Amino acid sequence: MELLARAAREGVAPDIHALVAAVPYYAFLGVTAKLDGDRIILAMPFATKLIGNPVIPAIHGGVIGSLLEMAAIMQSVWDTKVAAFPKPVDITVDYLRTGRAVTSYASARLARQGRRVVNVHAQMWQEDEAKPVAGLRGHLLLP
Amino acid sequence: MRAQGSTPFIQALGAEVIAAEPGKSTMRLPYRADIVGNPDTGVVHGGVITGLLDHACGMAVGSALGVGAGAASPSTMRGIATLDLRIDYMKAAKPGADIFVFAECVKITHQIVFARGKAYQESQDDLIASATGAFIITELRPADVKA
Repeated sequence: MELLARAAREGVAPDIHALVAAVPYYAFLGVTAKLDGDRIILAMPFATKLIGNPVIPAIHGGVIGSLLEMAAIMQSVWDTKVAAFPKPVDITVDYLRTGRAVTSYASARLARQGRRVVNVHAQMWQEDEAKPVAGLRGHLLLP
Repeated sequence: MRAQGSTPFIQALGAEVIAAEPGKSTMRLPYRADIVGNPDTGVVHGGVITGLLDHACGMAVGSALGVGAGAASPSTMRGIATLDLRIDYMKAAKPGADIFVFAECVKITHQIVFARGKAYQESQDDLIASATGAFIITELRPADVKA
């Protein structure tokens, strides 16, 4: 990806907002990114299209998995400064609480950064970061 | 009665359930540009595959139990909640082609149900991803139900 390749060439961090804007699935879910130091925090306002269980109503488990995977990939890109997106190898999503009809947030940290793969842990929460809605653990293959 | 297995997110993706029987579910997702995860390659985001596998596994479990999204009628107050879902991404989905997901219920116990699923394009022998999940049977309290 040119945006990442240029940042990697110049040895600078990529523009996180431009990166998010370049990936269609972020707009599909309504996900935006902000930086807190070197920590990327994704935000996803509630929208009707995110619903998986209309009775409660609850956010779809696949939306939760998607948001966590986005956080895992973005933090990996940020920390490793790779010139292209890493590819997920495997992920495990733990569902801890119902994803309610409010704004969701997600962030990730690299538990281990190797030459070829990273082991990444991500969390999603809503009003209270201390009460996570879901967690992800997974491996990404670096380009 | 709402359409079997239909939820706003799955409708938004443009995915549909093409086959369902108790304990089994098959879905199809036509390719579209707005769910792409890598703009260079046009490959759909891994989260989309996760979403389909989660939904198909939930439907397989729900239909096996006669509850939730897989139930023919939503009259029962029992439900299912995903405990965890493990996805192995084996190869990138080919852009422009339909993605199919098949899921089946593996084992039902008193409180927990196990399911597995697979995602593929041309052949079930050439997977793009596979999934294993554990689900817990829940009793929906009246307080959980939006009036």
